[in-house]
Amino acid sequence: MGWGHTMGEGQEILFDEILQEGRRLSRDEARRIYREADFHWLGYAAHTIRRRMHPENVVTYVVDRNINYSNICVCGCRFCAFFRPPGHPEGYVLEKSVLARKIEETLALGGTQILLQGGHHPDLPLSFYEDMLRFIKDRYPVHIHAFSPPEIVFFARREGLDTASVIARLKQAGLDSIPGGGAEILVDAVRRRVSPNKCSAGEWLGVMEEAHRQGLRTTATMMFGHEESLEDRLAHLFAIRDLQDRTGGFTAFIPWTFQPGHTAIERRPETAVSYLRLLAVSRLVLDNFDNIQASWVTMGPKVAQTALFFGANDFGSTMIEENVVAAAGVHFRLSLEEIRRIIEDAGFVPKQRTMAYEWIDGS
Amino acid sequence: MVPVAVYKSLGLDRIFHKVTTGERLDLEDGLRLFRCEDLVAVGALAHQVRLRRHGRTTFYVVNQHINYSNVCVNGCLFCAFRRRKGEPGSFELSVSDVVAKVRERLQDPITEIHMVGGCHPELRLETFEAMLRAIRHVRPRVHIKAFTAVEIAHFARLEGLSTREVLLRLQAAGLEMLPGGGAEVFSPRVRGLLCPNKLDGDGWLRVMREAHHLGIKSNATMLFGHKETLEERLEHLDALRRLQDETEGFVCFIPLPFQPRNTEVEGARGPSGVDILKTIAVSRLMLDNIAHIKAYWVMLGVKLAQVALHFGADDLDGTVVEEKIGHMAGADSDDFLTREALENLIREAGFDPVERNCFFEAAKASAHTG
Repeated sequence: MGWGHTMGEGQEILFDEILQEGRRLSRDEARRIYREADFHWLGYAAHTIRRRMHPENVVTYVVDRNINYSNICVCGCRFCAFFRPPGHPEGYVLEKSVLARKIEETLALGGTQILLQGGHHPDLPLSFYEDMLRFIKDRYPVHIHAFSPPEIVFFARREGLDTASVIARLKQAGLDSIPGGGAEILVDAVRRRVSPNKCSAGEWLGVMEEAHRQGLRTTATMMFGHEESLEDRLAHLFAIRDLQDRTGGFTAFIPWTFQPGHTAIERRPETAVSYLRLLAVSRLVLDNFDNIQASWVTMGPKVAQTALFFGANDFGSTMIEENVVAAAGVHFRLSLEEIRRIIEDAGFVPKQRTMAYEWIDGS
Repeated sequence: MVPVAVYKSLGLDRIFHKVTTGERLDLEDGLRLFRCEDLVAVGALAHQVRLRRHGRTTFYVVNQHINYSNVCVNGCLFCAFRRRKGEPGSFELSVSDVVAKVRERLQDPITEIHMVGGCHPELRLETFEAMLRAIRHVRPRVHIKAFTAVEIAHFARLEGLSTREVLLRLQAAGLEMLPGGGAEVFSPRVRGLLCPNKLDGDGWLRVMREAHHLGIKSNATMLFGHKETLEERLEHLDALRRLQDETEGFVCFIPLPFQPRNTEVEGARGPSGVDILKTIAVSRLMLDNIAHIKAYWVMLGVKLAQVALHFGADDLDGTVVEEKIGHMAGADSDDFLTREALENLIREAGFDPVERNCFFEAAKASAHTG
């Protein structure tokens, strides 16, 4: 007999405690809910919590552009269709002039930030990244959300520095916040299989803890639906919840599904129902995260809109440019106007936000 | 399920009571459900009805789509498929072309052939009779579902026959079932805007009544998300429900989200995901006398179709190959799903897949051999 199928007495009590009083879920309760709760109960419970946290009926979005400064990477993760190894004819590092043009286009479209990420380039020194940040900050009033924890760990290793020093130097050069990418699944046994050369779960969490300590806000992501178990997904959620208890530095959680096209992992893509279940469970577990983001890039606009009733209160980015998911053969495109309409059609008020989830006036 | 108290807080307790006791919903109830801000609460109510009727069974069919021609005199604005006779991109299949298409897939375990076309200005009834006989000859055990009510009325006008006479002749040639297309939205206002030359709503319902009386079962559709109001959607559902009370001939209802690309409907953008799910749920709740609700993955997309199984739908349609009508209007789904992919979608949503034939009878292995 499943959760929500009957709403028996014990469930009613738990339900009241969690939904009305905000009591936190234990790992065992989370497991039970994830395994057993029916689909509608999950959506209902997640939406109830979401409305308690965001009573103003707003769904936010950010206008930004994913700029991949390079696709050259020595990491070789099996789930990645974007990277090219050093020496590959399709490898690139963006020229400053190209970077400048991309930022100017972003600002012209009302953009407030850029998401700047690359690979693990073996030859670029830390000074290259500092120079890139300064080049941008000297010229443009744009928020730089850049370098996921694996890149920072890689920079540190290459320079023989600790990650705290790397973060401090990048911050000094203009880094405003750190994206939550490269988290994949924060369980080392899984990481050893799918991304053996990438930083460990502990290192990922360590970079985020240090960044938060230095006053940088970050997001947290989870890429699921490859070679992890349900238990691994829960371990991931609880690892970031624990860190958030210590630092409060995460602004949002962003789960998305692995896209198997052109990668070295053969399996069926995670389905929409499975995505919505995970999204709802994450809203229930992550009681110390203010925001949960829907992923239209992987799920498409219709399911992403539905996700606004399964715990998500943010529609993510307009993604003026997106390369990584596109490399796996998935091409959803939405204009700013379409994003606003999708939010309105679902009965919410669209508001443009900053990386810190502050509303931008007049949006 | 969603706690009962939620329905009270949404002002839907009367509707909740009606649904749980099996009492029929009126149009006002339908409007309140459409306007309810809580998508999941509406979906859960439809799901309750779906579970009562079908448990956790979700149906699919292994079928073959054949479009015999896209030449059409109607000129409906929402259609990206139609061409004028002789226009570039127009086509018409001969009887032997149709036979070739059927032969191409003789090795596939198909139980249903779904064949529709435009309202062609010249093709005669005897050609269609010949097509049916030829299909029947090449593939004796396959079920033939063909010709919308709109085509039937068009054939009748060309031949100077009654629609009943046309149906009788096609039935004699092997026609077993009518697809539900051409219903669009019955509202004369909307038809005047979008498809003034098409058979009107009363005519569509009349052909279906005649077919049902002759023992020809049919499906029913509704094309939504263009120029119609919510009231007009509900009147459409009510018209189907009244005819079904009379004939019991409808097997499955198929809500079709309008696909705006490559059409001439100005300003329409097609329904949002939430609107599609709500419309499926409201259809399940209003149509208390039609057994099945289809989430047609070709039009919804695979992802939303799977979610729709929790919003009242109990069928995903089939392993469609060579679907043209939806895709030419910009439906971005694949051309086909394998049986394995369909079953997997159903299982991962928490349901049990069952292959069916066009009458929603669980398919028997023997049907695969024909």
